[in-house]
Amino acid sequence: MLLTALCLTFIVFWLTNLYPNLEKLAKTQGNFRMSDEAVASYLDKNGYLQPLPVKFGQWIGVLPGWIHEEEGVVTGRCFAADTPEPDRPRFCGVLQGDWGVSTVFKDEVGTIVATRLGLTGKLMFAVMLVMVPMALIVGVLAGMREGSKLDRSLSTFSIASTATPEYVSGVIFIAVFASSAFGLKWFKGSATSAMENATFENFTLPVLTISLYGMGYIARMTRASMTEVMTAQYIRTARLKGVKFSDIVLKHALRNALIAPFTVIMLQFPWLLNGVVIVETLFNYKGFGWLLVQAASNNDIELLLAVSVVSVFVVLVTQLISDIGYVYLNPRIRIA
Amino acid sequence: MEELSWGSIIARMFIQLGPVWISLIVLFTLSFTYKRRLGLYGKLFDSTIGMIGFGLVMFWVFVGIFGGPLDMLVTHDPLSQVSGMKNKVPGTPMRGVEEGEYAYFLLGGDNLARDVFSRLIKGAWIVVQIAPIATLFAFMVGITLGLPAGYYGGRLDTFLSFLANLILAFPVILLFYLLVTPEIVLTGIPNYMALFLFIFPLIFMCILLNSRYYTQPKIRTPLLIGVLGGLGWLYLSLVSTDGAVVATPTYSIPGIPGFLDLFDIDPGILVVFVSVVFVNSPTVFRIVRGLAMDIKTRDYVAAAQTRGEGPWYIMLWEILPNARGPLIVDFCLRIGYTTILLGTLGFFGLGLASESPDWGSTINAGRRLLALYPHAAIAPAVALLTLVLGLNLLADGLREESLRD
Repeated sequence: MLLTALCLTFIVFWLTNLYPNLEKLAKTQGNFRMSDEAVASYLDKNGYLQPLPVKFGQWIGVLPGWIHEEEGVVTGRCFAADTPEPDRPRFCGVLQGDWGVSTVFKDEVGTIVATRLGLTGKLMFAVMLVMVPMALIVGVLAGMREGSKLDRSLSTFSIASTATPEYVSGVIFIAVFASSAFGLKWFKGSATSAMENATFENFTLPVLTISLYGMGYIARMTRASMTEVMTAQYIRTARLKGVKFSDIVLKHALRNALIAPFTVIMLQFPWLLNGVVIVETLFNYKGFGWLLVQAASNNDIELLLAVSVVSVFVVLVTQLISDIGYVYLNPRIRIA
Repeated sequence: MEELSWGSIIARMFIQLGPVWISLIVLFTLSFTYKRRLGLYGKLFDSTIGMIGFGLVMFWVFVGIFGGPLDMLVTHDPLSQVSGMKNKVPGTPMRGVEEGEYAYFLLGGDNLARDVFSRLIKGAWIVVQIAPIATLFAFMVGITLGLPAGYYGGRLDTFLSFLANLILAFPVILLFYLLVTPEIVLTGIPNYMALFLFIFPLIFMCILLNSRYYTQPKIRTPLLIGVLGGLGWLYLSLVSTDGAVVATPTYSIPGIPGFLDLFDIDPGILVVFVSVVFVNSPTVFRIVRGLAMDIKTRDYVAAAQTRGEGPWYIMLWEILPNARGPLIVDFCLRIGYTTILLGTLGFFGLGLASESPDWGSTINAGRRLLALYPHAAIAPAVALLTLVLGLNLLADGLREESLRD
């Protein structure tokens, strides 16, 4: 897992440090009509022209940060120009807890990522609150009587929802519920104000948009495992015993049917990350996904690295949790 | 002239799409008549869901073919801007219509005063072209690497699975943002990736034919020369542009000369294509690997091993045909997913040129004025929705029908 994370960050590091990308960075930082020599001197002054492994080592914090001396002014990776000599640390990398400075926002990467993650956390929490119960209800209702009309219509609904990517459903939702064209101005088409103060009016559409896409898949998985459980021997025994149908579903079948969807829900997290980027761009909600777009389109190397480390970490941790949770929920694996 | 009502807009669109309806009717009657002789494809016409899905998919395929290379269905040029038609609602008549011009903007004008209806149809051709071919390439890569990984296991499997998981752990959008930029195109990385990824169909065909016929050199040698020559030519034309395989400002690697080059691919489209294949192939790899691990324990594989067949013969002629059911279903689903990915790229304005009529870019262009003029974004959104829905329903129908026997 650590090796995967290391490899991935190195790939991101390599791609962002390709020379055309650095040139673009220099031009956005300086001005767009910089000559090639000016670009090269800017990059040299800021330590971008060192060999790639050295730069990567500095970012991780196993190699000492670069120091550049020009006309008596000493600048370095780990300190500002006005720091007195004895206070200058030699190493500053991720291992030392220093994620670097964002070139776009002119701020510490650590704090930016933390605030944006908090905002996205709020969104994700709401999404989970809507998506998981809805998906489970749809799946269980569809799966309890296989082949019935209810099953057919709910299955079609869940196929339709998996076929609707966020940018399509978001556009349709905004057009129907928030534009003047249909006259239904129930919700707001922008969630910018939801960052400080989330209300029903400005938060519903983004949450609904993300939940809808993930929901169909979980519902289909729940349906599949529910139909499987409903054909099991102990359900037949319960029916022959004369237990009420609602009791069979709620007390006998439900718990066993929920094991498979749990893994699926955990594995949905990485997919949700995708949706988050799209929805935050569409609804202008300045969270983690918006940050990713900003960092990537401005080639903000250190911010982009931090963003990718966080997202790769999320993916790997959810995989781990789903493995552990699967064993925990399923006594057959735990005891064996 | 007055604005058209919604009823007459729909009627006019119906008439405009005439060739599509005719082809659909012909296709469906033919398939219905001969459905008992057509195998899995014929069985599809037993399930309502599968038929609806197939209808939706074929509708867009026909729209793409008639509208794209045959240039039939469109009412206006998708790139020309008509004065006075900016952000006009659907059914607005054109001012100063000349002889032989279509008098209305059936689905209105977008924010650059272009006809939404014609752009929708031209966009269908881009999607119908790229999505299935990219999926096919992803399948070639996934199959060629997944079969040996599943069949041999061991170190090879560990290594390839590690690589696949590495790509899978990457958030797709981050990968797109890193790969699909003009700066990366300058470095030539997409060309190297194209060189690597596009060779897989060649390898696949080569091994496939060689393992089948290598005991009969008389058939094998001419067959291989023919197939490899043709595919190799296509491969070289695909990867080389202006006589160079990789052309960067500082150096270039020569490919085949321009007069032998059959077609050139726009670098923007190439990078989109390559990254979509790159993202899709690890998932295919995992599916194929899982299937191969399952099927290699069967008796007929043991029988082939006892007969003394080579490992590649067993993989490609024993295991692969028996894994076709799940693979066909996944192929349909994956085309849908690729369509979504292409839309995502367009939505973020990556890769394709901003005036390109593909659906993702059009949604991206239309979303800024969504609150006032939603029609420009809604038309491609609904189109994308129906195509992906059709593919999903088709996959569902195929799964049901292939499970039945």
